[in-house]
Amino acid sequence: MMTRRAILTRRDMIVTALAGAGGVLLSGCSRGELPPTYGHLLRMGDNLTYAAHRALLPHGLAREYGREHISSFPAIGTTNPADPSQPLAATLGQRYAGLRAGAFRDYRVSIEGRVARPGTYSLADLQRFPSRTQITRHTCEEGWSAIAEWTGVALGRVLAAAGTLPDARFVQFHAFDGLGDGIDMIDALHPQTLLAYGMNGQPLPIPHGGPLRLRVETQIGYKSVKYIDRIVVTDTFEDHGPAGYLHYGWSWYAGI
Amino acid sequence: MSVDGARHASSHHPAWTRCAHWVAAVSILVLAFTGFVILMAHPRLYWGDVGNGLTPALIELPISPNYRHGGWASVTPFFDRTGSPVSASRTFPLFNENAWGRSLHFLTAWLLTLTGLAYLAAGVLTGHLRRRIVPAAGDLAPARLSEDVRRHVRFAVRRDAGSPYGTLQKIAYTFVIVFLLPLAGLTGVTMSPAVTTAFPFLLTLFGGMQSARTIHFGVWMALMGFLLVHVVMVVATGFRQHMRAMTIGDR
Repeated sequence: MMTRRAILTRRDMIVTALAGAGGVLLSGCSRGELPPTYGHLLRMGDNLTYAAHRALLPHGLAREYGREHISSFPAIGTTNPADPSQPLAATLGQRYAGLRAGAFRDYRVSIEGRVARPGTYSLADLQRFPSRTQITRHTCEEGWSAIAEWTGVALGRVLAAAGTLPDARFVQFHAFDGLGDGIDMIDALHPQTLLAYGMNGQPLPIPHGGPLRLRVETQIGYKSVKYIDRIVVTDTFEDHGPAGYLHYGWSWYAGI
Repeated sequence: MSVDGARHASSHHPAWTRCAHWVAAVSILVLAFTGFVILMAHPRLYWGDVGNGLTPALIELPISPNYRHGGWASVTPFFDRTGSPVSASRTFPLFNENAWGRSLHFLTAWLLTLTGLAYLAAGVLTGHLRRRIVPAAGDLAPARLSEDVRRHVRFAVRRDAGSPYGTLQKIAYTFVIVFLLPLAGLTGVTMSPAVTTAFPFLLTLFGGMQSARTIHFGVWMALMGFLLVHVVMVVATGFRQHMRAMTIGDR
């Protein structure tokens, strides 16, 4: 009888411990930090991953490599926004073709939204910021990886120059190939998150997103938006509709 | 033999182990299926940190339309030297069902992880793991071990008197519970950029992100091998009885 009672007590302890752990996870999910449009059955796991990563993972730097580790690197997705066969390229593609013809001298990336000083930056303006060069691994959701040297300005420096307002929560990127995506401020302010204008010591090649692409080393490759046109800081989550990946069932948080 | 001893000798499974067993069984099947779907997007395996369609593969698996595609447009070297790494654009449409495949894989991984942690905690606290799963010193005695091997070879498996599981069975279950499944989880998160940014030692431990992916695949094959043998043994030693014991319980 005593043994049975002891087992029940132990069981109660286990149940209490599990309920406590569940409570911690649930409270992590209910802080209003999750994107509000982000919810069907498969998104439960993605939400849990996002909440768990943000609650549990210590901050650090992604591994950086030596120049001898630079590898071959497939260019996938859009490889030329001016290509008339691109489904979303009608107007933006024309504008991109014009800028490309002028060697991107007239290219300006705009920073708008929840910032004190909205404005536009040419490539020369971006290059006047302190630059950062890092040799990092690109991890594609398809399963492959490649290492390249990226040169650019930390997104955090540009956001600081533009003066993000206290309610800023997400940074959205709109691209010349008609695609759009966003990241939260934790990824945006990570020191290795770059607006990259150089790859392997050269100006960023067109197939890899020239003249300007995002590098988010804490995320899977598809979050590294190529061909950036506009950067919009928002206080609410934006799913980018058919321009975004969410529309097609992809995770918004792709840190795993 | 006391009533209590007889109960231990039977294949009685407490409710929590029955629950954990079936949650794990369904999770592992869903993970195996979605993992296969994810692998179909890029059915090439590598060693180290780097591997892609423009680098040599360790193994290329003939499992999807992407097998030996070969279609790359104008190859451009990055550097002005022989043997320079190159860039190239893909010229073939990719089979890629990773959008739902990945999300379902990770949702299921959460289910299995939380169930596994609860099972391990309960297994240690109740003594279940020590009493029934982990081989005891006596199980590993050469005589007992060789006898159990001989029985399996002759397809004459009986339960050991006084112990619900045979030696090989205990070794297999322990191997899956304390080695294969944790290894699957660790190699899985080593493919996550956010996790290895927080814990770079994982990349060192497995020799790189692509090595972790290859080991993850090896674990998948080992688990499928275990599943096959497990089901064969269940059928061979009394399918109805085992199913009743593992679902509604046998008493």
